[in-house]
Amino acid sequence: MAKLTLDDLRKKRDEAQKGIYLREGEFRGKIIVHMGTCGIAAGARAIVAAFLDEVAKSGLNDIMVTTSGCAGLCSKEPMATVEILNSPPVRYGELTPEKARKIFKEHILGGMATVEYALGIGSERGA
Amino acid sequence: MAAKRVELMLCTGTGCVAGGCFRIKKALEEEIARHGLQDEVSLVQTGCNGFCGQGPLMVVLPEQIFYGWLKPEEIPFLVQEHFLKGRPVKKLMFVPPEKKEPIPLLGDIPFFRKQMLLVLRNKGVIDPEKLDDYLARDGYLALEKVLTSMRPEEVIEEVIKSGLRGRGGAGFPTGVKWTVCRKEPKTPKYVICNCDEGDPGAYMDRSVFESDPHAVIEGQTIAAYAIGAAHGYIYVRSEYPLAIKRMQIALDQAKENGLLGEDILGTGFSFDLEIREGSGAFVCGEETSLIHSIEGKSPEPRQRPPFPAQVGIWGCPTVINNVETLASLPVIMLRGADWYSQIGTATSKGTKIFSLVGKINNTGLIEVPMGITLREIIYEIGGGIPENKQFKAVQTGGPSGGCIPSSHIDLPIDYESLKEVGSMMGSGGMIVMDEDTCMVDVSKFFIQFTNDESCGKCSVCRDGSDALLEVLTRITNGEGREGDVEFLEELAPAVKDASMCGLGQTLPNPVLSTLRYFKDEYVAHISEKKCPAKACKALIKYYIDPDKCPGCMLCLKNCPSGAIKGESKHIHIIDQTVCTKCGECLEVCPPKVSAVVKLSGREARELKSLDAPIPAKEWKARKAQESRTVTK
Repeated sequence: MAKLTLDDLRKKRDEAQKGIYLREGEFRGKIIVHMGTCGIAAGARAIVAAFLDEVAKSGLNDIMVTTSGCAGLCSKEPMATVEILNSPPVRYGELTPEKARKIFKEHILGGMATVEYALGIGSERGA
Repeated sequence: MAAKRVELMLCTGTGCVAGGCFRIKKALEEEIARHGLQDEVSLVQTGCNGFCGQGPLMVVLPEQIFYGWLKPEEIPFLVQEHFLKGRPVKKLMFVPPEKKEPIPLLGDIPFFRKQMLLVLRNKGVIDPEKLDDYLARDGYLALEKVLTSMRPEEVIEEVIKSGLRGRGGAGFPTGVKWTVCRKEPKTPKYVICNCDEGDPGAYMDRSVFESDPHAVIEGQTIAAYAIGAAHGYIYVRSEYPLAIKRMQIALDQAKENGLLGEDILGTGFSFDLEIREGSGAFVCGEETSLIHSIEGKSPEPRQRPPFPAQVGIWGCPTVINNVETLASLPVIMLRGADWYSQIGTATSKGTKIFSLVGKINNTGLIEVPMGITLREIIYEIGGGIPENKQFKAVQTGGPSGGCIPSSHIDLPIDYESLKEVGSMMGSGGMIVMDEDTCMVDVSKFFIQFTNDESCGKCSVCRDGSDALLEVLTRITNGEGREGDVEFLEELAPAVKDASMCGLGQTLPNPVLSTLRYFKDEYVAHISEKKCPAKACKALIKYYIDPDKCPGCMLCLKNCPSGAIKGESKHIHIIDQTVCTKCGECLEVCPPKVSAVVKLSGREARELKSLDAPIPAKEWKARKAQESRTVTK
């Protein structure tokens, strides 16, 4: 390997920072894909893959894709909830990878919820 | 690079390796592949996480969920539940002692919450074998700044201003040491990293090597630039194979990338660094012995002055800094002396790593700001003493330090306050002792260690430690004589005053500090032949209380030396001539019965047991008869 110059080092550092963004712990947005047995059976795994692919393509390092259990509305699976900092969460249902990509572009990148796929805004209330 | 959604930060420090973390790793890899999650979940091997008592352990990012005490058989469930279905597994989370509810998040666990990570800033967050991981966390940014925008004198000035003092034990101001070396006209100059960590129970330096080796390299390169050294050594004991392996990988990476060697980053500054392994003699941690060891000579200290900063290795000016000192430098240079010097107390700046071991609930490696109290460390970070026992003392500074009694629990920790109470900072070992620890026995243990490790060059250290050990052994064997305490009080300061190097000068500290705070225990051993903590085997007896023994045979079956006589529903008795005092009977006797007791002193000497096992019923009848006779 060639020896680094100062410029090379800076570039290498910037590049490396992309690789560890999950460890820094500061996120603007969170995409939660519901992965109960119902979700997985309905194709939630492909939804996760689509979201992750979009995150990688966008180069964003403040968006987290995560999973959670069954959301309770099994007939609408696969479902996902998008949470953007300081705005109410939006839950989407009956997703396909194409719909997921569209949601990513409009909601995460564009900042506007994709109303046509949304089931509702906000979360269930706790007891 | 494809995006991942989960990163599993699996601890692969020495403690977790010993605990079987590579079996966990294999199980994780298999299960992740079985569920086809390899594109979404990545597994990162990190250095020591610090919470060693919970190992094998891992932290799940980005959620920051902490899992401890992992077993391979639990991994299939964990992978399916958490990493596939997104349901964190409660039963693998940390549960504080005497509590029922687990604490899922790392940041909420008291052990981590009170810590302040500067030196260990990358622990558990990077793979120590990947340069990119270090770079991503602002690695080599401080070096970049130093080499491109600061003159060596400015670097030294900054380090002096920061208040950084040597973390190896003595606490000498780092910048002052550098100034002495820089001013020496003789060249070449050298800088040595001292990773000859030999204190029993201490593993701070090893963990820094294992979790963040590039931080040490970066720090050492900054030091080299400041003093004008072109060559350096990393002196590490060969008992640290994993630390050596990771440091070698890091050195190779740094050399390949031009971060070490000729013309670093094209700035014209050159510095080369190599590892030298020591063979684990404690005295090699002493700087002149360390130099002799690298030179291939017998590792014996020499008289100072001249100090190594003036005449060091190969007769050239040499700065020797501890691992932690060096690893502090990148943070100081990057964030500035003003920022750094706000942390800590008036005379002790920054943070210190301690290995918290002994009778403590949360065993592990911690980094805390100077000035934190012992109480915060023991009760908040450490989670208190197991089984709600009484905290008795804490030994800081290893065999060179002293015991600090519970009355000083609100002592703020810094170099001066530890010295005032008769201990020292040392390299950072912290051994917690509870009511069952005998202080005479503790001081014997440390003298045994230093007596073993004394190089023998000067007679006060060699023969003085012999004499100390002889008397301490006698006392703990119940053969203490009148005048022994006075003898110790006279000899210990003499060894301290007359020894040539740090080993001899500090080895009497455990004796002196226990004499200062626990003299009554010495006296009890000598005049009453009693060990108040009931730890010294020669002075205790195990006894089965006939009023309580139901004759369950549990102790009898578990006694490894066959010293217990009895049969079912008969009162058991211990044959004192056979008993080896291993304490197994006390361990196995159920708490609701607690018939086995430990006795010491007069009650042990005047102990009368039954001659032979008798039926428990007969004993009860006999007692009833006796009490009737008394009442009549």
